[in-house]
Amino acid sequence: MTSYIIRRLLSMIPVLIGITLITFILINVVPGDPVVNMMGKRVDAQTIANIRHQLGLDRPLYIQYFDFLFKAVRGDLGRSFYNHQDVMKTILQRFPATVKLSLTSMIVAIIIGLTVGIVSSVKQYTFFDHSSMIVALMGISAPVFWVAIILQLIFGLKLKWFPISGYSGPEYMVLPAIALGTRFAATIARMSRSSMLEVIRQDYIRTARAKGLSERVVIYKHALKNAMIPVITIIGLQVGGLLTGSILTETVFGIPGLGRLSIEAINNRDFPVIQGTVLFTALVFVFTNLIVDISYSFLDPRIRYDGGEG
Amino acid sequence: MAKVQTPLNRSNKIKTAKKNLQESRSLYYDAWLRLKRNKAAMVGLFFVILLVVVAIFAEVLAPYDPYAQNLDYRLKPPTAQHLLGTDDYGRDILSRIIYGSRVSLMVGVISEGIALILGVLLGAIAGYYGGKVDNFIMRLCDIMFAFPELLFCIGIMFALGPGIYNVFIAIGFVGWAGYARLVRGQILSLKRMEFVEAAHASGAKDIRIILKHILPNTLAPIIVMLTLSIPGAIMSEASLSFLGLGAQPPTASWGSMIYDGRSYLRTFPWFSITPGIAIMLTVLGFNLFGDGLRDALDPRLKR
Repeated sequence: MTSYIIRRLLSMIPVLIGITLITFILINVVPGDPVVNMMGKRVDAQTIANIRHQLGLDRPLYIQYFDFLFKAVRGDLGRSFYNHQDVMKTILQRFPATVKLSLTSMIVAIIIGLTVGIVSSVKQYTFFDHSSMIVALMGISAPVFWVAIILQLIFGLKLKWFPISGYSGPEYMVLPAIALGTRFAATIARMSRSSMLEVIRQDYIRTARAKGLSERVVIYKHALKNAMIPVITIIGLQVGGLLTGSILTETVFGIPGLGRLSIEAINNRDFPVIQGTVLFTALVFVFTNLIVDISYSFLDPRIRYDGGEG
Repeated sequence: MAKVQTPLNRSNKIKTAKKNLQESRSLYYDAWLRLKRNKAAMVGLFFVILLVVVAIFAEVLAPYDPYAQNLDYRLKPPTAQHLLGTDDYGRDILSRIIYGSRVSLMVGVISEGIALILGVLLGAIAGYYGGKVDNFIMRLCDIMFAFPELLFCIGIMFALGPGIYNVFIAIGFVGWAGYARLVRGQILSLKRMEFVEAAHASGAKDIRIILKHILPNTLAPIIVMLTLSIPGAIMSEASLSFLGLGAQPPTASWGSMIYDGRSYLRTFPWFSITPGIAIMLTVLGFNLFGDGLRDALDPRLKR
């Protein structure tokens, strides 16, 4: 296991370098000078040249890139062009909101998704099953930002149960978490239903029933355990979707998270912040994937990462 | 008397051969028969066809010019003249939704077309030649997968500048990795097969073997992946346009319409809601159809 983790960690290095390189190239092919953008067009050429020199933008590109890379390894992501704040600090300030949003929506989605999926599989072809699967299909097909707006409309503007925007207390998290979690819950519901249906048909379930175990024990102790493996896979695969969705959800609800930060940075042409958020997001993404992969081996002893190719 | 192949029994032979051919159904005909029985897939196909028809005949179907402003008639609720009401410039919302289908269809065709061509090309090269090339292309795939797609698109949009054609390019360039992995895997297993060896032995060139012998055999999973990737592309376009990076005003795009309607949520919610329904039905259609197609083309997967 340890050797597998080390191998995975090492294989992240080229991926992360690749991502920073791609972002760096993208940023530098952009037409328009960030300094001109920052100072406005009325500033004279000499001042602009001075600022470029101060920010190190007059150095050759490859030196700029390696400079960024070596500093990034030490946790220094530079300073924002826009408000001169430390990028790492800004990211760490904004990150908790995104984590809170993602985790809340994930927990809500898992609870709702699993319950609906399992009940649907046990009551296959009933009204509950049909209607919840139709709702799940719609949930998968609806854009996150649209669901967010509908929630704002119904629960914020019409019923006035929850605030529609801002970030100051737990009640502000309710609608964003539901909006972000809808797609996730729908995916989990569909997956857990089909996975349960597959497991329920297997011989060992028939054996369990035949020896007179109660239906509860059969479903919740015997079937559920094996049905969960593909569901966990889906949960792992959706982490990227959560990160993407949080950009949109944060935009709609005005939550000062990492997603909003990256959009702001892009609008302000704030290169160090763009670089920093991209690297940070990639790091989070790659690490969550690793954690998900490791957790499989605990859930399913048949999956072994030791030895072989892995 | 020696057996001589007379013209008569030759034509008989051709007849029986033709008859046999009719009896043995092709993979795709077989799949179509299975697909036809799948109600959900047929519902999906209906929405897909609806999108295509609406997009092609938008001029005929739209009751009004989607760009014609009428500032005296702004933000009106649905009436008999304007079935879905009018927007903040007094434009007919239904007409704009109808024209918006073009953007979505084009994203599906152009973006996924770019992704497909890039992915198949790189996947085929990686799988067929192996070694360092393979390693390099697969590391590129890892990079593409190590990053949320939308954020990647946003980055490219930032470099290219906003605009609907840039959206097509961005989504296309971000989406190739899935196809590349799929094609590579298929080729790795196919290139050891006898029919490929036979083609080699008879002196066929690499490019001919890839195009004529290997790719046709990977077609079914590629079609499935394509159908199931289109809704993702449509969703990405809507998201980018919603963030203001995609379609620029006055272009009618469902995503940007939802954004425009946000400011009037309190007074005129239909403005935001209706384009969202259009997105949902389109994505739903492709998802249902794609799921059905997967089951139909690969009966082994059928539960």
